[in-house]
Amino acid sequence: MTETLLDIEDLSVHFPTRRKLFVAVNKANLAVEPGEIHGLVGESGAGKSTIGAAVMGLLERPGHIAEGTVSFKGEHINGRDADGMRALRGAKISMIFQDPLTSLNPLLTVGQQLVETIQFHLKLSDADSKKRAIELLDRVGIPMPDERINQYPHQFSGGMRQRVVIALALCSEPDVIIADEPTTALDVSIQAQILELIKELARERQTGVVLITHDMGVIADTTDKVTVMYQGEVVESGTTEQVLGAPAHEYTKSLIAAVPRPTLKVHRFPQLSYGGRQIAFHIDDLARNWDRPEPTKSGTLLKVDGLTKTFLQSGSFIPSRRKYFTAVDKVSFDIREGEVFGIVGESGSGKSTVARMIATLYQTNGGKIFFDEDEITQLKTAKDLESYRRQIQMIFQDPFSSLNPRMRVDEIVAEPVKHHKLLEGDAIQHRVDELLERVGLGSEAGRKYPHEFSGGQRQRISIARALATQPRFLICDEPTSALDVSIQAQILNILKDLQEHLGLTMLFISHDLPVVRQMCDRVGVMRQGQMVEVADTETLFASPKEAYTRELLSLMPKLEGLSTEGLEDEIV
Amino acid sequence: MSDQSSTAPQSRLAKALDSDFVYSFRRSPVAVVSFIVVMLLVLSAVFAPLIAPHDPFDPGSLDLMNGFTAPMAPNDFTGDVFWLGTDDQGRDVFSTILYGMRVSLFVGLAAVSFAMVLGITLGLVAGYVGGWVETLIMRAADVQLTFPSILVAMLIFGIAKGVIPIQHHDQMAIWVLIIAIGLSDWVQFARVVRGATLVEKDKEYVQAARMMGRGRGIIMLRHILPNVLSPVLVIATISLALAIIAEATLSFLGVGAPPTQPSLGTLIRIGQDFLFSGEWWIILFPSATLLALALSVNLLGDWLRDALNPRLQ
Repeated sequence: MTETLLDIEDLSVHFPTRRKLFVAVNKANLAVEPGEIHGLVGESGAGKSTIGAAVMGLLERPGHIAEGTVSFKGEHINGRDADGMRALRGAKISMIFQDPLTSLNPLLTVGQQLVETIQFHLKLSDADSKKRAIELLDRVGIPMPDERINQYPHQFSGGMRQRVVIALALCSEPDVIIADEPTTALDVSIQAQILELIKELARERQTGVVLITHDMGVIADTTDKVTVMYQGEVVESGTTEQVLGAPAHEYTKSLIAAVPRPTLKVHRFPQLSYGGRQIAFHIDDLARNWDRPEPTKSGTLLKVDGLTKTFLQSGSFIPSRRKYFTAVDKVSFDIREGEVFGIVGESGSGKSTVARMIATLYQTNGGKIFFDEDEITQLKTAKDLESYRRQIQMIFQDPFSSLNPRMRVDEIVAEPVKHHKLLEGDAIQHRVDELLERVGLGSEAGRKYPHEFSGGQRQRISIARALATQPRFLICDEPTSALDVSIQAQILNILKDLQEHLGLTMLFISHDLPVVRQMCDRVGVMRQGQMVEVADTETLFASPKEAYTRELLSLMPKLEGLSTEGLEDEIV
Repeated sequence: MSDQSSTAPQSRLAKALDSDFVYSFRRSPVAVVSFIVVMLLVLSAVFAPLIAPHDPFDPGSLDLMNGFTAPMAPNDFTGDVFWLGTDDQGRDVFSTILYGMRVSLFVGLAAVSFAMVLGITLGLVAGYVGGWVETLIMRAADVQLTFPSILVAMLIFGIAKGVIPIQHHDQMAIWVLIIAIGLSDWVQFARVVRGATLVEKDKEYVQAARMMGRGRGIIMLRHILPNVLSPVLVIATISLALAIIAEATLSFLGVGAPPTQPSLGTLIRIGQDFLFSGEWWIILFPSATLLALALSVNLLGDWLRDALNPRLQ
């Protein structure tokens, strides 16, 4: 029996605010053994990051540890003063933060930052510190470490930078590493490498790792044990296999049921509600009053042919000296009426740029867009585009910036109706009330401002706004990537309802392959501005043709150990 | 407080009084004191005709014999007592300060409003439209910043004096002053609004409006403008203090408010003549009032900046 590295007992963290006491963490228990990766999973606001901050002594005022103990190798550390904590922090317990862009100092070279940290903790000479820094960079998988050590953070890519952050955390040879969403800001291919690195470190150096994440895929592939948190409380804890495979607590069950699976397609996500957060969506009422347009003759609603977009990279007075960056390079595809067409790709692949060109937000630099056989790219004036713009709507990624914070919700939903002069007078308010009612918010929601709603509710407001003009075509640009997994399941169910019952055609942009599998009939894979492969979803997932698609699919977490409780009736 | 136990639905006023903004105000003694000082000065300026013991602009009420009366001391000839003394013409200093503050505050508020409207419009257009329009506006702002603002104001004042016929000089002086100060002050509004507009215009709610086909004007007015106003409020407050001081400086230099319509700056200039002959009160009291006004407006602006900055909360 080895000594428990980090032992958290009955930890409560309180944030007294002006109006009430906010209990961020309530009597949480957690123990980390050497060489173990312990996952801490929960949705936003569950208090998982607060535990990390409490252990490090980095709680922001007025937050404080109200009760309980944090022990490191059997010694209480939560009573220590600032100096005592500083001796421990970084030296024995290191932290890796989410954003590699902000956790490195942009004005110092990577080497300077490493050497400074090594000298502080290990008291080595300049030459030895540098040697050790190069070793560390080599260890975390940075090629040519003796050259790259003299480079600045901006000369590294996002994944490489996160490796440097891990190297920094390793400088002092810590016993415990707390990793707070270390891969959330990274692409899947890089995420897989970073997680592999963390696993190796835990195994080789017997480091205990607390891995804080909201991503079940990360938990399933990486951790040995897992603790599930909900609203500040630990609801379940155990080995990863047991908690994910046979969850005991109702919340864990609902959480796992909401995770999109890469290997099986569900008709709808099960409505396992926990904590009374389920909100209704009245698709039948909506469908009754929906004016369906004439179907297209060819069956193809949107056709994109050789679409190209270039951005000016460095300007100049002399045209020949200007440099351009090709974001989208001769992309062609067509979307049949009534289907959901997905575009997947990593960040920078140009998938959002395609969506924006179709949405008339960007001018095209080449190629044609046809909508119901009309060439949209020929229309120049706002008047010509009016009818097209009424028939397409978009649901954006970030529910916190897609609604004007200074406008009332009913004004937001009414704006497209008023702009396109679809209704007049009281009929506008009537339509708005009805829409808010149908998306499950109730018509009284119209009297409030966006900041009074949660992320999932705001996304419903976005959907209400998109439906206000009774569109034929819906562009969804990463509509759920900013949402918690249970809210994501609700929104995806709504989108599926819209397609099925209203006959809406959708373009669904996402980087998340399991979500794409659940949503799309056909998928296009994009890479560096080019369309690599277009195929039926099932064909693509079963037998991808292109090497890049195969690579993407292989990086996807398989989630095979996850319980399928509640999904039985929905599997297609 | 007695009303805290009530469970009735809160009225709009009660809601406003319970907001974090009002709470942060009440927690800051500096803000409370400067607010009281500002309100006191503004109210006494507004109600000057009711409060002032004399009307300094009514020659009939003036008695030259009362000239150079010291504060709180009876005049040697007439026996009249003045709180803050009198100037060379026997005008009550307290009354002239009250009336002078009206001019100062009016010029300050009008100049800031003018600068605000100009700056917000140009900043919004520069930020949203971009391209050569932005280059043109922002270069003009840069050029403007290379001249000291007092110099710009004096230049405008000088031009106006040449253009306007001499018999209208005194009437027009106040308006010229407002335009002169406003024109030298718009740059910071334009810069801040442009910066905020650049941030807002990439947000998804603006894209949603563009996708709808909304025109530039509507997007700027309805969507972007309301979201860039809170930094403007802070600058406006601090600019108000600066505009009052700029007006006083111009008037002190003799290019501002005319002696027939004296502002605090004019009063300080008049007082300066007697500074070394022992009549200290003629310059001290207007200067102290100007100091109190500018300082408390400034402190209020500082507090406002902290209260509206989400990062400091």
